[in-house]
Amino acid sequence: MNILDFNKLSLRDINKTLQGSDKNSFFSIRNPKGSHALAVGINKQITVKVVGSVGYYFAGMNKLSDIKVEGSAGPGLGENMMSGNIHVTGDVSQYAGASGHGGSILVEGNASSRCGISMKGVDIIVKGNVGHMSAFMAQKGNLVIFGNAGHALGDSIYEANIYVAGEVASLGADCIEKKMTKKHLSNLENILSNANVSDYNPDTFRRFGSARSLYNFNVDNAKIY
Amino acid sequence: MKKKSITEPRTSHTFDAYTNSEIRRAAETGIYDIRGGGSKRNLPNFDDLLFLGASISRYPLEGYRESCNTKVILGDRFSSNPLNLEIPITIAGMSFGALSAQAKEALGRGASLVGTSTTTGDGGMTKEERGHSKQLVYQLLPSRYGMNPDDLRKADAIEIVVGQGAKPGGGGMLLGQKINDRVAEMRTLPKGIDQRSPCRHPDWTGPDDMEIKILELREITGWKVPIFVKVAGSRPYYDVALAAKSGADVVVVDGMQGGTAATQEVFIENVGMPTLACVRPAVRALQELGLHRKVQLIISGGIRNGADVAKALALGADAVSIGSAALIALGDNDPRYQKDYEKLGTKAGSFDDWHEGLDPAGITTQDKKLSKRLDPKLGGRRLANYLNVMTMEAQTIARACGKNDLRNLEPEDLCALTVESAAMAGVPLAGTNWIPGT
Ligand SMILES: Cc1cc2nc3c(=O)[nH]c(=O)nc-3n(C[C@H](O)[C@H](O)[C@H](O)COP(=O)(O)O)c2cc1C
Repeated sequence: MNILDFNKLSLRDINKTLQGSDKNSFFSIRNPKGSHALAVGINKQITVKVVGSVGYYFAGMNKLSDIKVEGSAGPGLGENMMSGNIHVTGDVSQYAGASGHGGSILVEGNASSRCGISMKGVDIIVKGNVGHMSAFMAQKGNLVIFGNAGHALGDSIYEANIYVAGEVASLGADCIEKKMTKKHLSNLENILSNANVSDYNPDTFRRFGSARSLYNFNVDNAKIY
Repeated sequence: MKKKSITEPRTSHTFDAYTNSEIRRAAETGIYDIRGGGSKRNLPNFDDLLFLGASISRYPLEGYRESCNTKVILGDRFSSNPLNLEIPITIAGMSFGALSAQAKEALGRGASLVGTSTTTGDGGMTKEERGHSKQLVYQLLPSRYGMNPDDLRKADAIEIVVGQGAKPGGGGMLLGQKINDRVAEMRTLPKGIDQRSPCRHPDWTGPDDMEIKILELREITGWKVPIFVKVAGSRPYYDVALAAKSGADVVVVDGMQGGTAATQEVFIENVGMPTLACVRPAVRALQELGLHRKVQLIISGGIRNGADVAKALALGADAVSIGSAALIALGDNDPRYQKDYEKLGTKAGSFDDWHEGLDPAGITTQDKKLSKRLDPKLGGRRLANYLNVMTMEAQTIARACGKNDLRNLEPEDLCALTVESAAMAGVPLAGTNWIPGT
């Protein structure tokens, strides 16, 4: 295990080390002090553990890496990630997983507003609640919410799936509740087992997705545009 | 019987033929007009400025003999590998999806032939344009369609798009007709749906967030490539200052004449400031921060010829960028397709229904047959010729003003033909020393 300590190294040093490391290396980052843009742009299968909380865009645009934060994360966690895993034991701020193309994010606490905005294939699991406008314009992938969802969930959603066990304050434009089919139930179970989450009752989840009524311009929908 | 009137039938200025036809169209279809291109109205522009030339008080350089530098370096503020351009004219971001793969390749070829850069667009980077562009700028747009860290690392520069002159405050639009399998896959969306790209970035809002976003991009690319920020010409003084403060290497200001692939006509014609009015406030913002020439300024929106280039540079820009003009050079709206344009209910020079994907010139289309009409090699050659001509024209003017570098042109070399343009460009009305507004 390699220890990278912010008390001794700069952000540049730490990111350079992570980006240039060999496959299967293991790093522990100490004293992150809420630093922004930490552990970004990694495109190798490495394991990183951060002891403490991180700032904006933590683990942004990563591929293949396995990353855990023992603490909370700021806005834009894992933005545009392509593959790999991110696990946050605390809470996360706005736009978690924004535009993520693949891989998975597990948040043990709550996520703020716009969680999964523009998501394009990533799976996001939030054990707590999510804020308003979550899964806004979500294109692909799955957002699994164990707690409650804020207002305008799934506004203008495309082909992503949303699973919610708690309550939904309101749905956004073109987002509707959909039938939880066998296929979707096994999809949900897969996502959760891939993230090693087992303490749940699948029957409590409801599914939401696109009514697809905004896909092509229709004069009768003019008020929503 | 009523006596026949002897006066001419009078048409209204307010309700002119175009306005009336638009009211009828709206009544019939129930949807606003969507089109491509830039503003078509008669706006104050660079034509309203003239160069004074040299005489006794200043003397000129010899036309063909004395050198006049056209090279420019973009992005040496923080990046270790700035763009080294032979000419101060770059090719603006135009999306694959809006343009055919052939058109993107032609733009890359043409730009590379003359040693300048080209830019990706909404929808990501295609291998055609990466392969044929020596210097390629990769756009980070609000939609993040096709955004990929591998492509980011292949880019020679990154451009964060905050806004576009054709639609400040608006997002992109790509209608279902143009969403074929390849475009749909690159954007992770179903085929055939109307795409309205978002107007705000998904993971930041104000300038303080943008500063951190820039930090992230630099950390991903190892502080090697320059980072541009592109803003629409709406509040250039503040926007340029904030972009520079956020750590941009280069700021692009796109005035309201700037083209678009598809947007509401009402947006194109009624939102934003004319390019002419954007340059001086942008330059002033950089000067006041002590960053003029350190953060380079690129101006776009309606640039057509070497005179426009010279005027933009004289007002303080470091380079210009072109979209529409490059497409015209490739063959857009060429009279040789007149018959085809007529079939689409329009004429050469007026065709702007680019969103429908039926472009006879094979440029703004995803149709296999139509896009084959554009030969990327020939298109590239034509674009290179045109870029060379623009550069030589700008040099001609610069030498006549006694300048051995295009960027030595200055506002003092100019006068304005109208009170409006004098005020907007901050140069004296011709024959006076009056600069309105100062
Ligand atoms: C067909 C077309 C597609 C465009 N696509 C984009 C785009 O994807 N991203 C962007 O920032 N600007 C886009 N633009 C705007 C150009 O980058 C540029 O700002 C504009 O064309 C400059 O004005 P000009 O056309 O008068 O030269 C597009 C313009 C055109 C004509």
